[in-house]
Amino acid sequence: MKILKSIALSGLAFAITGSMFLASCGGSGNGSKADSSANNDNNSIMGAGSSFDNPLFSKMFSEYDKANGVKVNYQSIGSGGGIKGLTDKTVDFGASDAPLTDDQAKAMSGPAIHIPVTAGAVVLSYNVPEIKDTLMLTPDVLAKIFLGDIKKWNDPAIQAINKGAKLPATDIVVAHRADASGTSNIFTTYLTKVSKDWETKVGKGSSVSWPAGIGGKGNEGVAGTIKQTPGAIGYIELAYAIQNNMAYAKVQNKAGKFITPSIASVTAAADIEIPADGKVSLTNTDAPEGYPISGLSWVLIYQEQKYNNRAADKATKMVKLIQWMIHDGQQYSGALNYAPLSAKAVAVGDALLKTATYDGKPILQ
Amino acid sequence: MATPVNNELLTRPDNTSGRVISSSKLPDEVKGTKRVRRSHRQIRTENVFRRTLIIVGLTMVVLVLGILITLIVQSTPSIKSLGAAYLWGKTWDPVRDIYGALPFLVGTILTSFLALAISIPFSFAVAIFLGEYYPKGWFPDLLKNTVELIAAVPSVIYGFWGLAVLVPIVRSFESSIGVSSIGYGIFSSSLILAVMIIPYAASLGRSMIQMVPSNLKEGAYALGATRWEVIRSVILPYTKSGLFAGVLLSLGRALGETMAVTMVIGNTSFMPKNIFSTGNTMASVIANELPEADKTVYNSALIELGLVLFLVTVVINMIGKRVISRFTN
Repeated sequence: MKILKSIALSGLAFAITGSMFLASCGGSGNGSKADSSANNDNNSIMGAGSSFDNPLFSKMFSEYDKANGVKVNYQSIGSGGGIKGLTDKTVDFGASDAPLTDDQAKAMSGPAIHIPVTAGAVVLSYNVPEIKDTLMLTPDVLAKIFLGDIKKWNDPAIQAINKGAKLPATDIVVAHRADASGTSNIFTTYLTKVSKDWETKVGKGSSVSWPAGIGGKGNEGVAGTIKQTPGAIGYIELAYAIQNNMAYAKVQNKAGKFITPSIASVTAAADIEIPADGKVSLTNTDAPEGYPISGLSWVLIYQEQKYNNRAADKATKMVKLIQWMIHDGQQYSGALNYAPLSAKAVAVGDALLKTATYDGKPILQ
Repeated sequence: MATPVNNELLTRPDNTSGRVISSSKLPDEVKGTKRVRRSHRQIRTENVFRRTLIIVGLTMVVLVLGILITLIVQSTPSIKSLGAAYLWGKTWDPVRDIYGALPFLVGTILTSFLALAISIPFSFAVAIFLGEYYPKGWFPDLLKNTVELIAAVPSVIYGFWGLAVLVPIVRSFESSIGVSSIGYGIFSSSLILAVMIIPYAASLGRSMIQMVPSNLKEGAYALGATRWEVIRSVILPYTKSGLFAGVLLSLGRALGETMAVTMVIGNTSFMPKNIFSTGNTMASVIANELPEADKTVYNSALIELGLVLFLVTVVINMIGKRVISRFTN
């Protein structure tokens, strides 16, 4: 009977957490019940969003706390969660791997500004022991593989790019992310740009209807599938691939060059004219040495910082924090395999931060 | 039957809470002709205890109803815009706002019942072994604790084990019988689920089998029955409703399992073609996609999946209750 009791208890626990979870969903859906009480401490700033940014942010925030005594509580709940949090005003800033969509921007009470904060890349890792040299991929072949049109490794289209390689007749097993993620968003945005077929059949988003392959949970799930399954190919974050010593392919960029993904080639891809609003996709850029599947990550804040009885002091501290992140904070990028911002991106970020206001007056003088 | 129990309770010497009943008054009490005088404290304790029970009971009912209502309210946008086509639609495409839950419904039911079919021989064997053959001794103790430990291991551990060990084994098994050899899929998930749900049916079955009155079994033995015959014609008929209740518990666990399944099922939103193909379950779709579901209809379609899962569980439980009452009558 013991087991019955424990089952009943765990059932109860499940029911309670379940209802709390749903209740909190309901609360955030309404959006009006913003929790301003949690934000009263002016030396503590709340942020939420991208899990891609989390390792870098953890390092940055701990260093910033040491130097300035301002604590940042960052919750790595995914870009969508960060945007939701900012919309509901439960956090002071959000972080996202994709700019706000029109619908998302409309749902917010006021205009939000996008400050580019770091850049990363999505790489294609594969498990084909027969390929001794690095695999090379063109955008067209890549899209066909992920559409399920190219099914075998020794397909003439792949052989034509990798002339020297002895390609096996094994089936291609495509691995993709099962959970919604900014990594998928960058990758599908790229495929949508380079392939008409992909654009019409699949489209871009943080979760899409994958025409081929199997889904793994998180970078580690996709990486596990690739490592284990002979003939697998899948996309993962550059930082994850470097840390785990995984083989990854060179991808042909817009200029026609096959580029090895690296911090340098991502920074090169980001070295383009950045529009004044900071919203730009780094996929398939014109940069001749740039890796084509790169992406920026943004910090999102409201342009008008006086809302929910926020103190001017707090708004100033947050804007100063973000200013530090795009300047001094960038020194921590390299060690953690993030690409530092280009000078142009930093200049745009600075200009954007100057537009942030408190009660109509600029925060940074 | 009830009288001796009452007697013992009323005359227990360790009751020092100012009881007024003496054993000499007992015969009257048993006949129900005389009211027993109780102290105020006793009555108060009694009332408080009864109220606590009622409140706890009501809380459970309110909680479950509350969850159901929340699910219905939150899934209204998707019910309104997608209608009943949601249930038999085969496409799940968040980019184009097309949501059909059928592949996930099929995936959930397929994995759960397959897991149940694999686990039942094991859980019944363990139940009979521990309940009838060897109730005491070091090996039965070890087996009992091991089986209970299976229920205590977090599901992410099973998922990890499945990913690292089970999937490669299934892959070589699949290629040896000539079906698609990915290793991930419905079959692997069912195997993992089968291991996870064994303890529920086994533990309940064991306690049921131990509760079979020994005079029944001794009677059968006295008539010359072998052990197998006793199990078949005395123990199993006597315990079948309990064994079935255990199976139902296992099934409930299998239907709702998320983490271990999502790690090995392959997470594809197509209709599974056979038990070796990849698929997805409702619980794992919710877990994977809810955090980033920013569009209203998308979010609500995911919550509607939760509602469907809730209703599937309720329906299966109701059918189970029917079957149990059929069995016992």
